[in-house]
Amino acid sequence: MASVATKPIVEQDDLIIEEYGYDDHFHDHHHGDKYQSNFLTTYVFSQDHKIIAKQFLITGMFWAVVGGLMSLVFRLQLGFPEENMAWLKPVLGKWININDGIGTLSPEFYYALVTMHGTIIVFFVLTAGLSGTFSNLLIPLQVGARDMASPFLNMLSYWFFFLAGVIMFLSLFLSTGPFSGGWTAYPPLSALPQASSGSGAGMTLWLLSLVFFVVSVLLGGINYITTVLNLRTKGMTMWRLPLTIWAFFVTAVLGLLSFPVLVSGFLMLMLDRGLGTSFFLSEIYIGGQALDHVGGSPILYQHLFWFLGHPEVYIIILPAMGLVSEVLSVHSRKPIFGYKAMVYSILAIGFLSFIVWAHHMFMSGVNPFISNFFVIFTLIIAVPSAVKVFNWIATLYGGNVRFTSASLFAIGFVSLFISGGLTGIFLGNSAIDIQLHDTYFVVAHFHIVMGVAAFFGMFAGVYQWFPKMYGRFMNETLGKIHFWGTIIGSYAIFWPMHYLGMAGVPRRYYSFDSFDAFKHFAEMNQFITVAAILTFAFQILFVINFFYSIWKGKKMTTKNPWGATTLEWTTPIETGHGNWPGKIPAVQRWAYDYGKDGKDFIAQIEPLAEGESETH
Amino acid sequence: MATTETVLEHHDVHDHSGDAWSGGKSPFKASYGKLMMWYFLLSDAFTFAGFLIAYGALRFSSPTWPVPDFVFSTAPFGIHHAPLIFVTIMSFLLIISSVTMVRAVQEGHRENKNGVVFWMLLTVLGGLGFLSCQAWEWTNLIGTEHMSVTTNPFGSHTEDGVYLNEDGTESEETFKAGSSFLLHKAGAHHGDDHAEGGHEHDYTPGDHPGYVVDEKGFIHRKFIVLEGKDAGMVKTESFGPAAFGALFFFITGFHGFHVFSGVVFLLIILINAGSGLYMARKNGHEMVEKIGLYWHFVDLVWVFVFLVFYLL
Repeated sequence: MASVATKPIVEQDDLIIEEYGYDDHFHDHHHGDKYQSNFLTTYVFSQDHKIIAKQFLITGMFWAVVGGLMSLVFRLQLGFPEENMAWLKPVLGKWININDGIGTLSPEFYYALVTMHGTIIVFFVLTAGLSGTFSNLLIPLQVGARDMASPFLNMLSYWFFFLAGVIMFLSLFLSTGPFSGGWTAYPPLSALPQASSGSGAGMTLWLLSLVFFVVSVLLGGINYITTVLNLRTKGMTMWRLPLTIWAFFVTAVLGLLSFPVLVSGFLMLMLDRGLGTSFFLSEIYIGGQALDHVGGSPILYQHLFWFLGHPEVYIIILPAMGLVSEVLSVHSRKPIFGYKAMVYSILAIGFLSFIVWAHHMFMSGVNPFISNFFVIFTLIIAVPSAVKVFNWIATLYGGNVRFTSASLFAIGFVSLFISGGLTGIFLGNSAIDIQLHDTYFVVAHFHIVMGVAAFFGMFAGVYQWFPKMYGRFMNETLGKIHFWGTIIGSYAIFWPMHYLGMAGVPRRYYSFDSFDAFKHFAEMNQFITVAAILTFAFQILFVINFFYSIWKGKKMTTKNPWGATTLEWTTPIETGHGNWPGKIPAVQRWAYDYGKDGKDFIAQIEPLAEGESETH
Repeated sequence: MATTETVLEHHDVHDHSGDAWSGGKSPFKASYGKLMMWYFLLSDAFTFAGFLIAYGALRFSSPTWPVPDFVFSTAPFGIHHAPLIFVTIMSFLLIISSVTMVRAVQEGHRENKNGVVFWMLLTVLGGLGFLSCQAWEWTNLIGTEHMSVTTNPFGSHTEDGVYLNEDGTESEETFKAGSSFLLHKAGAHHGDDHAEGGHEHDYTPGDHPGYVVDEKGFIHRKFIVLEGKDAGMVKTESFGPAAFGALFFFITGFHGFHVFSGVVFLLIILINAGSGLYMARKNGHEMVEKIGLYWHFVDLVWVFVFLVFYLL
């Protein structure tokens, strides 16, 4: 087969795989034609999980830049509301109104930007770009499989995501603008096409796009779950799985069970919009006109939405946690502290994430007695989260830490997760939420704990596994500059927002001109905007580093540059289809034998030495 | 996909040691394809659960709800006042098609091609029969009884009362709170109710002595309340909760769409089975088993849909 390395480097692990691995006769058949016969099937409609991972990553990066730029535009409005924005006219066109030579951002478009920023970052970047990339890349490689259970459905998963992206992108160019009612798409703004300019065609495309997105998530998730359960290599028991795989597995389960409920809400919303039903609409006046709708409940939509919406934040953060656990252990040259406790906390977080959703709705009129229930379970989630934080710190403690870009971002993740997690305990309390709901306190909380933190997990993953993806390293100096710029910048943006929130400054407002109480925050808002622009500039540095390194980065010379134990580093530097050129490696031990018996690390494929007992 | 199947087979061939979860084999002794079908069905179950929860939420926020025995009491060939008879036939067809599906899967395990084709054909007929019944039921509800996703003419009384005659005088026709009525549409024929009686009615929209005709043409009869604080007042019949129509068409429609897709997939697999494709694979006609899982799931969902719309 073509993928067999032309210049075979015989290393210790090749010999071990040859001796202890097993032959599945994979390379006896000819799959070359099916997978890599021409440019289209190799790079575009590829069924190889490693290519699909790159497709998810690069598409995710594109959307991250789009979503990030949108936030800069609305930050300019918030930080410098008096400034002339006419210079944006060439890009934003009619959304910049010019009066007496002074350009101002149209309020409708401001709301559209806020909405699109949320939708894009939550779904396209931190769901597809994060879990889609790393589940695809690492599940087959780390469990010892030739590919996903169904490479074909895996390919479809990417292309449905792509289609969702195309539709959302088109909606940005509608004359009435994209949807502008908030990323949660609450009715009536989302249910009545006449409710706002973005509620018409913009909302129709938004719904269509997200339905395709859910199809993508389900196709991917079904594949991830089946691959983890069915295609683990010989000896890879569940308790020998790296924490990355546990995290991706539970993430996929959460997606499989929560996204369908969102779809049921979306379908009813479509009927309310198109056929005049009243699932989510009750007696309502619009433009002085009483509408026919009776008997529906907007709160019902909120329940269906947040039944997805809350697990969704764990769909975002769990993969990041998995990547961080792996990176921290590898770079502190120590076994992950409390492996089983880590697994049980992932499972506990996964379970609890399904019974806390109404803490997003304390102020929407749900029964206060029901709120009690949701407060208690919300606060209980702090327990497994704290276990994980403790274990990361204990893993670092006394370790021989290598401060690479990957490990710096992993450490940064832990810092952000603590800072953002603590404010979650305030917000989870229904009494304190009366003051804090819908203020910048909430914005600060969720951006730190699941926005920036998840980005940090993603960056750690990209720096760590870039060599596995492209056979080259990313530039470490640029990586470290990227890290320091991003961590300082992120805190500079979101820390001050806590103070805004505690003073009651509401989120999603276009302007605070008419609020005397908030006048003295003008300078703080300017500071936040400047910090956001600088932080975004550091991300451009990352993008440059990424694409430069694909072609010009330092080449990998050994298969296992980080000295990691897991299976992906036993594959050839240029990993072909089927991942291992010969036999599939068999697994002999858990994934975290670092510093055991005086050895720096022992790969998972190495058999137990005589008299050696397996660590757990 | 064939490649991974090969991988799996070899996993099984080579590994006879260790417990089911030790890696190198499927812990559930099922191929990846069957597992994926199970996981898909699990997610689909959550979609239907979302709908049924919406049904519950909207129903319990409604002051009244149509009585199924009254709404679903019509059958083809002019049969009226036969509560739930037609839906019983419909459900029977679907359930029996699950039985024939089981037989098809069984014949598949025996590698009996003709048996698979025969029993799958019966299953397809059962599915088509169910869909035809649903088509008739929808036609009847929409065309004859004028129910739609926005209008529900099946109302219920909340007070005891006595109807007025067409000339506005009190009639002999009394009713109890909780009894059901159907708002008729002017100019339409409603089976035996309006078949007899030759005299002309004035159904122009507006207020008439014994009834009100709204702009859509629905006739709302007037009645005198006999009990409670409103005793003695004249009121008119009002529409039933619109949510009933919306939920009914939406949920049974979504289920019907599942049945329809199932029939399409059954036909494709039936043709493949007939061509001998699955005999060559020597895996006990696994595709038949997979579509069988889906078919049973669609049946199971119907049990819940049937429960909430026709029984409760």
